Amino acid sequence: MNAFDFRAPRTLDEALGILAEQGDDGRAIAGGTALVTMMRQRLLRPACLVSLREIAGLDRIQAANGALRLGALVTHREAETAALIRERLPVLAETFRSVGSVRIRHMATVGGALAHADPNQDPPVTLMALGARVQSRRAGGDRELPIDEFFRDYYQSALEPGELVTGVTVPLLPPASGASFVKFLPRTADDYATVAVAAVVALEPDGERCREARIALGSVGVTPLRARAAEALLRGERLGEPSVRAAGEAAKGEVDPLTDHRGSAAYKREMAAVMVARALRQAWEAAQRAARGRPDAGAPR
Amino acid sequence: MTRAVRLTVNGTPRELEIPTYRTLLDCLRYDLGLTGSKEGCGVGVCGACTVLLDGKIISSCIALAVFADGREVTTVEGLAEDERLHPVQQAFIDHGGFQCGICTPGQVVAAKALLDATPNPSDAEIREWMLGNLCRCTGYYKILESVRGAALGARP
Repeated sequence: MNAFDFRAPRTLDEALGILAEQGDDGRAIAGGTALVTMMRQRLLRPACLVSLREIAGLDRIQAANGALRLGALVTHREAETAALIRERLPVLAETFRSVGSVRIRHMATVGGALAHADPNQDPPVTLMALGARVQSRRAGGDRELPIDEFFRDYYQSALEPGELVTGVTVPLLPPASGASFVKFLPRTADDYATVAVAAVVALEPDGERCREARIALGSVGVTPLRARAAEALLRGERLGEPSVRAAGEAAKGEVDPLTDHRGSAAYKREMAAVMVARALRQAWEAAQRAARGRPDAGAPR
Repeated sequence: MTRAVRLTVNGTPRELEIPTYRTLLDCLRYDLGLTGSKEGCGVGVCGACTVLLDGKIISSCIALAVFADGREVTTVEGLAEDERLHPVQQAFIDHGGFQCGICTPGQVVAAKALLDATPNPSDAEIREWMLGNLCRCTGYYKILESVRGAALGARP
């Protein structure tokens, strides 16, 4: 690793000041699981690291206004184990639980996973299906972006230079709806997914037809992405094998995977259809259970 | 560029002046002479460098040593008490939980953390917790037996 100056400010505004002063030479660091690895591989050589670890107040998990808010410094492990998340949004706890190994989850942070903007990560996929909003702060003040607008390109987010993620707000599921997260791991359980899919299905008051479906995919494009054509096919439909499979087929036209050691582009596209159908079946069943008044089904093991 | 760091390692307070780029693993091995923790992959995947930071397992090869400032680190060297092996260490011997041994310090530290939190884990819980600790000899059955044995042995 290269030599660098290490700063550990105690407030967010102090951190923003140092980052503004450092310009391209500065990098924010939280858990460091991604950044230190990239520095060890000499992919990045920042002259100054600005640690966010001493900033108070960014590690809270709260419930308010029909949503959960996770501070940027909440670790993956905290998100996985917090009673509030396990009870109110079990699919989110399960998603964080499926990331890497426990060692990584003890360090990696919610804000870091967003700012890193790696399209192979799991949490952004579920956050996208749930309609999360990302809060950030820059010199001009605070702002909030729908997560659909947050990821811009491979490892690129909408964050401006020196701007920091402060948290993410995740709406709770509406009544009579269900959510799922599935990923295909042909190598090891702690690997990045070949294809990851999160789905949310909300039912009409009749408890039978689909009012709205949201489908997000990871590892099949330069950013996590929504399968909007697949979602549109499901609106007003009774979900069953034909509609679930049709949605999977539609999703194939919306992904743009790269060939790598986790599979060829053609293979990943086929697997996107399989995994979308799988995620929809699970979300549909969870929604039906919720409609019958058993929303607890599908809680973490 | 260096930085002063105060940390507690295996119960002993330490004060060091270290380069900012020092990983916690290198600090333990080269600044403190604690060579039990190993560098395997160097990218947080293999688990050979597993240590506890404030009681939680982490990959010390991708943690900066400055992150440990003001905190408590436990390595495999800190598990035995007065020459008496920790129950997990004894179980790895009793059950043949290692072959070449390079992954063993990480396996033992990870297993200790599991049993601290979950004294009587199911096999599924052991497998899930330990999945990030690779054994290049592929001796996983014996590792599972060792952790299970440590849990049984530690039961009052």
